[in-house]
Amino acid sequence: MLEIKNLHARIAEDGTEILRGVNLTMKPGEVAAIMGPNGSGKSTLSYVIAGREDYEVTEGDILFNGESILEMDPAERAAAGVFLAFQYPMEIPGVATMEFLKVAMNSQRKARGDEELKIPELMKRVRKAAEELSMDMGMLKRPLNVGFSGGEKKRAEILQMKLLEPALCVLDETDSGLDIDALKIVADGVNALRSPDRAIVVITHYQRLLDYIVPDSVHVLYKGRVVKSGEKELAQELEKNGYAGLIGEAA
Amino acid sequence: MNIQTQIKRTPTEEALLAAFAERAAHLPGDARVAEKREEAVELLRRGLPSRKIEAWHYTDLRRLLSSVPAFDFSAGVEPVPALLPNSSVLPVLNGVAAKAETPQGVSVAAMTNALSDGSFVKLLGAVAPEDTVGAINSAFAADGYVVEIPAGAAVAKPIELQNIHAGGQVHTRFAVRTGEGSKATIVERQTGEGGALVSSVSHLDVGDGAEILWLIVQEQPEGATHLGQINVKIGRNAKFTLFLMNAGGKLVRQELRIVAEGEGSKFRLRGVNLLSGDTHCDVTMVLDHAAPHTISTETIRNVVTGKAEGAFQGQIRVARPAQKTDAKMACNTLLLSDEGGFSAKPELEIFADDVACGHGATVTEIQPDHLFYLMARGIDEKTARGLLVKAFLAEVIEELEDEPAIEVLEAKLDAWFAAHV
Repeated sequence: MLEIKNLHARIAEDGTEILRGVNLTMKPGEVAAIMGPNGSGKSTLSYVIAGREDYEVTEGDILFNGESILEMDPAERAAAGVFLAFQYPMEIPGVATMEFLKVAMNSQRKARGDEELKIPELMKRVRKAAEELSMDMGMLKRPLNVGFSGGEKKRAEILQMKLLEPALCVLDETDSGLDIDALKIVADGVNALRSPDRAIVVITHYQRLLDYIVPDSVHVLYKGRVVKSGEKELAQELEKNGYAGLIGEAA
Repeated sequence: MNIQTQIKRTPTEEALLAAFAERAAHLPGDARVAEKREEAVELLRRGLPSRKIEAWHYTDLRRLLSSVPAFDFSAGVEPVPALLPNSSVLPVLNGVAAKAETPQGVSVAAMTNALSDGSFVKLLGAVAPEDTVGAINSAFAADGYVVEIPAGAAVAKPIELQNIHAGGQVHTRFAVRTGEGSKATIVERQTGEGGALVSSVSHLDVGDGAEILWLIVQEQPEGATHLGQINVKIGRNAKFTLFLMNAGGKLVRQELRIVAEGEGSKFRLRGVNLLSGDTHCDVTMVLDHAAPHTISTETIRNVVTGKAEGAFQGQIRVARPAQKTDAKMACNTLLLSDEGGFSAKPELEIFADDVACGHGATVTEIQPDHLFYLMARGIDEKTARGLLVKAFLAEVIEELEDEPAIEVLEAKLDAWFAAHV
């Protein structure tokens, strides 16, 4: 479903190379965890998959369902089924959350040739998804993410993910800034989305989230490269021994 | 020797004077009115203001007003559909007040009569040497409406003053007096077809304790020059909201002359300037806080595309007796093009010592991370930009707290984005 091949990427503005040959292959239904110390390129990888313009791919490719997505803009990637849950969701004053959800859902439907959803059906779906995430509908009347707490923002990201039903979910440090109750709610939300035709990439710094979202595979990113891959036990090993041993090994 | 006489007149200046010579005999008014017109023309004889005149620093009228079309009374023109539902429309078509339905409980007269019998003479003329809009309009104004809203009246239907042209020159005057404790919504529409020269000057007296909302919607065609002015006096404990939308015209100068005259009066200005193409749009406000405990807030939001240029001059003067004045002014611009620009000049002149006055101005672009966030949810770039621009402007419109007005103004935003963003 997702094939990342020898991916090199740099910061467009100053040319700093961040990704130096990432390889990663995921099958439909797979949940992969990407771990690594700060500065290893985890967030960059998520942005490059989503198509953020601040980064330039200099070598390699990202294939999604067999086709390169590098020439697609972020909206086209999203319509094709790529979803990034942001580590720091943007606050956008003046854009009502509900209006945003409506435009996003219908834009994707339109791009795929599906009929746009009418307001009552849309409201029904939003209400159901919000309930499952213990979110207050009042929040959705506010401007997008404005004044939301850290936990509320992460929940809002998962809400969007549920509503947009992407084929590939990339969660960038979704656990950061969450207390344990919020973490459980968010993890339950992600687990509910596990399905045989959906791949999920969980980017995290800590093992903690992986107690709740149990991955099929774990990949360690270091200095812009996947230096080790394994099964879920690899995460526990990292938690116990830290990255130091592994990094020494890789170097 | 007078310095102005040394400057050679531009063809535009000559054309304005020639137009007056041709029109003077046909203009309504008694001897006093004729004298006022002559005084106004005398001001024009000294030349149009250039950027050397402080009040015209951002709008070099001498250079920018490049042609003066001839009067054209032949073309037919129809009123436009009212902005708000259930409005009483008072149309001025090609400079002539057409027969209109009189709104219930309100008295309406044609300005041409008020000029003919001299009852309007007091309000004619330039208020200052740099009042070129007032001078041009005083010289040529032939019609418009005089509207009286009696004390205590709550006028249910919005009153819409339309100034519609089919090219040529149009010079219109509106005068509205609202009695003590009255309530009303007044819409001023400025639009038409063709590269006209339009001047439109309005006067509004807000009676003590009255609550008045006045919306100016300027949608002149691409080639038109619009010289607008509104002069407002706000009475004791009255509330006056002025909403301004500029969404057209080639050369636009809209002057707002507001006097918070009565103690405890409140003034709100909310303005949205949508600039595209090679439009030049200048909003110049002079606000006098003349009495104690007067409160005002002014918010101007601008969106600039193409090669458009804009300016907002906001002058707030707080007179010595106007203690406890509270005034806040902000001018924010969203620049969508590298070739466009917007200048903001706030000015505070404070003679009272116990006041709170503040102002701020910002110029920003669409934030790339906001755009990325929306696009990452599948919203195409054009739609995402539109959402962000609308968000920037809708904040101001939504403060009107008048559902029908918010709805139609936002629809106008959408139409403008579809064409220009």
